[in-house]
Order: sequence, then structure tokens, then C-alpha cells
Amino acid sequence: MKILIVGGGMGGTILANNLARRLPAELKAGKARITMLSASDKHMYQPGLLYLAFGRTTPDELYRDQASLLEPGIKFFVDPVEQFLLDKNQVKTKSGKTYDYDVMVIATGSRPVPETIPGLAEHSETFYTEETAVKMFRRLQGFEGGRVVIAVGVPHKCPMAPLEITFMLHDYFKDRGLLDKVKLHYTYPIGRVHSLENVAKWAAPEFDRLGITYETLFNIKEVDGKAKVVHSEEGTQAPFDLLISIPAHRGMEVIEKNGLGQGGWIPTNRTRLNMEGRDNVFALGDTTNIPISKAGSTAHFEAEALGENIAAMVKLGAPVRDYDGKVFCFIEAGKDRATYAMFDYQNPPQPKEPTRAVHWFKMAYNKLYWVSARGLL
Amino acid sequence: MSDRKVIDARGSFCPGPLMELIAGMKLAQVGEELELLSTDKGSANDVPEWIRKVGHEILDNREELGVWHIVVKKMK
Ligand SMILES: Cc1cc2nc3c(=O)[nH]c(=O)nc-3n(C[C@H](O)[C@H](O)[C@H](O)COP(=O)(O)OP(=O)(O)OC[C@H]3O[C@@H](n4cnc5c(N)ncnc54)[C@H](O)[C@@H]3O)c2cc1C
Repeated sequence: MKILIVGGGMGGTILANNLARRLPAELKAGKARITMLSASDKHMYQPGLLYLAFGRTTPDELYRDQASLLEPGIKFFVDPVEQFLLDKNQVKTKSGKTYDYDVMVIATGSRPVPETIPGLAEHSETFYTEETAVKMFRRLQGFEGGRVVIAVGVPHKCPMAPLEITFMLHDYFKDRGLLDKVKLHYTYPIGRVHSLENVAKWAAPEFDRLGITYETLFNIKEVDGKAKVVHSEEGTQAPFDLLISIPAHRGMEVIEKNGLGQGGWIPTNRTRLNMEGRDNVFALGDTTNIPISKAGSTAHFEAEALGENIAAMVKLGAPVRDYDGKVFCFIEAGKDRATYAMFDYQNPPQPKEPTRAVHWFKMAYNKLYWVSARGLL
Repeated sequence: MSDRKVIDARGSFCPGPLMELIAGMKLAQVGEELELLSTDKGSANDVPEWIRKVGHEILDNREELGVWHIVVKKMK
């Protein structure tokens, strides 16, 4: 069976390694073949960007060579897909090659699109790419006080990022002795400070305790850079001296251009992870339209379910298990305390009081990620 | 309308039904109708509140076997 994995990020890498470990004999005997096509020879640990924005890590620390993360036996090519020919079980790549598959998994991720909001890219700082995180770090360093507004686009990857960046900004300004000169104002698109009700119940009193003001039902409409005001779809305004944004996201252009899904989001069955209407095409990670968090842990748990199922398709001729919607997210509650949220399709999370221990566990995971991506954790 | 786009946000705790709808509305054309499916009873109130605040229209809001079907029309 020819297994083609498109995308060498979190989901694609964990899946490829999971499959290679499940199918060593089949790979050796030529009964199964795993090919990965990606757009880069590097693999970025994206959650590290949050720390990069504060100068707590450096860009080089965020990358590994993609080939070094893959089990032997996986054929890896840096050759992005340009055309998906689903009826022929083929893809065409940038180099002009054609790849055939029996089973294809698409894990091309998502991308921030600040340019979809007038004024946002020019007048806000963000941390969703290496370049913007470094720029934000420099801007923060030169910031001596004023009104800091956090504004959140929809949809976005990493649902905890709006809260985390706000708590971390608070502690950053506190350490610089600037808290009396800085006013932090948090905005959020729905009617509470976080989409998870229990997380919102914990975070709102934390904001009150720290003197962080907040406004809910605030969706960014446009940014007036001259007047230094963010206008919301709801008709309100938030004046700022420094605007920090969580930009809205879309899936990759190639997904939309090939008609695989509006906005680059592939219609995906929430338990079997197959693309709707196809039983040999699967999607995982950020690029699905499943209504759960666009997070690395989502991609990880989906990859484990899919690894088991595709291996079963090779060995038994059919998939064997469902993905249950499991997501696990750390939540940094400042510079040295953290909590977490774990939930699935049936069970909401019950976040606990933040502790130093959870923060250090997250810091350890930032390093352990590379072991996890290899499928060893 | 048979070609009405359905946003199936049943069992979604995060980002949750309203956030899924906001994302769907961004991609929709003015005049288009979307049907949101939600198992969160809070949606029956918080979706209409947002829709009204932004100036779109609620066409239907009903519960069937524990699932809320909320039909909205993008007005601008
Ligand atoms: C600032 C920030 C903080 C975050 N914090 C957390 C966190 O604390 N916890 C958490 O769980 N998640 C976090 N995330 C989210 C997490 O990084 C993503 O959800 C995760 O990487 C998604 O995995 P993926 O495999 O879907 O996509 P990605 O990891 O983005 O990988 C996509 C891959 O597809 C490749 N690709 C793109 N186009 C093509 C093409 N045409 N052909 C072939 N390959 C292609 C790319 O090169 C890349 O290798 C954070 C993200 C950011 C930006």
C-alpha cells in the first residue's frame, strides 16, 4: 500500500513515525511504502514563538532538520504539492513530479492572514511567525508605557494563546517595573474571556486581580493606525498605544485553490478523519474543518488514531478505532505558573489552579517535543 | 433552502459553536444563510445576542432532540 503524507509539521511527522513503527515488516517487504512531501526541509516548533516574542528563546532553538526527525524507511521529499487529483489518486508537485497513492493524508496546517483585516498587519504586533515574533520582541523592548490592547481574530490556532500572551505581557512589564505605566486591555470575540467556559471562569477573576481590563463580543473590523484605534464588528472601539494581535487564520491556499475546502479547511469526518466523500483521503491537524482546537495536541492525538487505523487498513483491510476529540492544552498563567485544559467531544475541561510545577512541565515539554515528534513519547 | 451551509459544532467545547459561526460568517457571502448545529444550550442565547449586535439576521432558533438548529443570514 502506497501511503502519501502531505505536510511535514506536527501532525504529518507524528503520523509518519507512528506508521513506520507499526509497519516495519511491511516496509521491509515492500508491502507498504510511506512517502512524505513537505514545503520545507526544516521543522519548526511553533509553540516556541510565544517565548521568542519575549526573548526567552532564540529562532535557531525552534528548528530541527525535518529528515532527522523521521524513522528510517520513510521517503521524504521537499516538494510541495500544487495539485490534488483525487479521482486519479495522484498529486502533482512544484518540481513537476507526479506521486501516486493508495491512501493519502493531508496535514498542511494553517496560516495567519492578518491582511484580511484593514490596517491589522501594519499596525499590530504578533508572534505567529518567526519574523513577527522577533519584531514584537524588539517593539516590547522599546515600549516604555501606555495602553496595550490584545485583539483576537477568528479562527486562530492555539486557543490558549490570547490568554497566555496577556498573562505573560503582565509579568514582562512587571519585571521591567513598568506596571504603573502600562494598561493592559484584553478583548475576545465571544461573550466571555475564553471559549472554554471553565477556563473563562478561572481567567476573568485572574484578570480582575491583576488589574487587566477586558471587553467581550469584540471582533476586529479594522485598525485605524493614525488614530490608534481598533474598531470592532460590534460597533465599539479600543484605543491603543501598542496593539498585540492574534490574527485570524486560514488553511493553505493550495487546499482552497484545488477546491478541497472553503477557507482551506477540508471537510473531515470527526471520528474517522477521512475527507467527506472519500475513504482513502484523510486530513489531520489544523487543516480539518472539525470544530475543535487548532492545536499541536489535536494533531498529535489525531495522528495516533490515524496511525492505528491506516496500519490496520494494511494488516486487516479496515480501520479499527475512532478519534474521540481529545485535546490537551497547557495554559501559561504568567512567566512562571501554568495550568492545563484537557477535553474531548463528550467531556469539558476542569482546569486547576496554576502552579509552578505545571509551568516547568511545559518548559520541559518544549524540549521533549522533539522526542514526541519522533513517536517516542 | 437545500444549499444552505451547515456548520456542525455539536460537541465543540473549544472553539465552540459561536466561534465556529463567526468563522463561517467571515467566509460567507452577503445574503447567504448558514445553519449552526450546537449541543451547547448557551448557544440559544449567545448566538442571537451576537447576531443582533453585529447586524445580521436570525431566521430560526429551535431545539430538536438536544440539538439547537440556529439559522442565520449574513446581512453585510
Ligand atoms: C505562537 C503559537 C503557539 C502555539 N502554542 C501551542 C501550544 O502551546 N500547544 C499546542 O498544542 N499547539 C500550539 N500551537 C499550534 C500548533 O503549532 C499547530 O496547531 C500545529 O503545528 C498544527 O500541526 P499541523 O501538522 O496541522 O500543521 P503544521 O505543524 O503547521 O505543519 C504543516 C506542514 O505542511 C507543510 N506544507 C504546507 N504546504 C504544503 C504543500 N503545499 N505541500 C506539502 N507540504 C506543505 C509545511 O511545510 C509544514 O511542514 C501554537 C502555534 C503557534 C503559532
